[in-house]
Amino acid sequence: MDIDLMLKVYPFFLEAAWVTIVLSVLTAILGLICGTLGAAARLSRFALLRFLGAAYVSVFRGTPALIQLFILYFGGPQIGIQLDAFEAGVIGLGINAGAYMTETIRGAIIAIDKGQREAARTLGLSSWQATYKVILPQSARLMVRPLGVNLNMLIKATALVAAIAVVELTYTAQRYIGSTYKPFEMFLLAGILYMIIIYVTGRGVAWLDRKVQIN
Amino acid sequence: MGLDFSIIPKYMDIILLGVGWTVGITVAAALLSFVGGIIFAVIALYAPWLIRQPFRLIEWVFMGTPLLLQLFLIYFGLVQIGIDLPAFVAGIIGLGLHFAVYNSELIQTAILAVDKGQMEAARTLGLGRGQALRKVVIPQAVRAVIPPIGNNMIALLKDSALVSVIGVSELTLSAQRVIGKTYRPFEFYILAAAFYYVINLCMEWVQRKIERRISISR
Repeated sequence: MDIDLMLKVYPFFLEAAWVTIVLSVLTAILGLICGTLGAAARLSRFALLRFLGAAYVSVFRGTPALIQLFILYFGGPQIGIQLDAFEAGVIGLGINAGAYMTETIRGAIIAIDKGQREAARTLGLSSWQATYKVILPQSARLMVRPLGVNLNMLIKATALVAAIAVVELTYTAQRYIGSTYKPFEMFLLAGILYMIIIYVTGRGVAWLDRKVQIN
Repeated sequence: MGLDFSIIPKYMDIILLGVGWTVGITVAAALLSFVGGIIFAVIALYAPWLIRQPFRLIEWVFMGTPLLLQLFLIYFGLVQIGIDLPAFVAGIIGLGLHFAVYNSELIQTAILAVDKGQMEAARTLGLGRGQALRKVVIPQAVRAVIPPIGNNMIALLKDSALVSVIGVSELTLSAQRVIGKTYRPFEFYILAAAFYYVINLCMEWVQRKIERRISISR
């Protein structure tokens, strides 16, 4: 193992890890927004919205994220959408993650006993109030852990933007594998950084999960 | 440049060849991940400590890093140690091992969930430990995990697109090749997405059939 080489190139990997972190945070925010809207659509009382929500989930979970990214980045200009690689990465991955989060959020909402809503309505709360003040606070507790799984997948999925030349961890590893012919060392550098990111995020999710549980 | 889908039929043969490769790679990697998953699960649960612990570390690395990075490691790493495999073989190995680790997690849980009495009864009847595992415990565990493994296999189909990056001419790379000639990325990536979606729907259909059969015979 070539430790000298690893010591020489690791600052570039640290920089790239920062890009991966920023990418993950932005993607997670967009994913949560899309997931919330998707879940709201899937649970809507309007059939059209329910259909659109279901179609969103089915199409974006049913095709490879890489292809979705390519359609947006390479195909976008043909329909008047010009994005740089980083923007396309965040938007493409965010919409994709949103489809998975839709199901997580929806699952947590429908897991709440029907009686809760009925009781809230009986007590005079409006439908919106019942959702906002009774259902959501309870389902938020159920959401934390599965959303953590979504987040874990999302962080690993950010590697895909290497294919559209965003200089994040995987792209950096790929470039140095090409120039140094030391695949194992470069994998180790990038891998350790990914695992640190994922470990810290996992601990954060576990902490939040403990916080929101009622003992 | 507007959209022109009428160009598609001319290049359909290249795309269909890509579909064939995608299906082939997915099936081969799925088989590898299934067999590998069982072997990994047995190692993780029953191997001596000295083998088990490093093995768990490797599993942890596989679950904590992106598949794309692993594909680069396997493809270029094998070349470096003098094993020059065709890209599609490296792709199948990479996909297969990656999902074997995820399948192994499921199978481990399922093996532990098989009633202890099954092992005890098998041992009482004179089967060795290995025999009891192979003939009594594992078949029951595998049955229980077929539905969640189906989900992993659908994920595998979608992740098979990644092997295009190491130069395997499956559906995604075929689309890229055609786009290189036609400069029509939107049309051909949408076409590729449609093919993935259809294969995905077929797999979901098969999965539902199998699940129904399992639930009936229980």
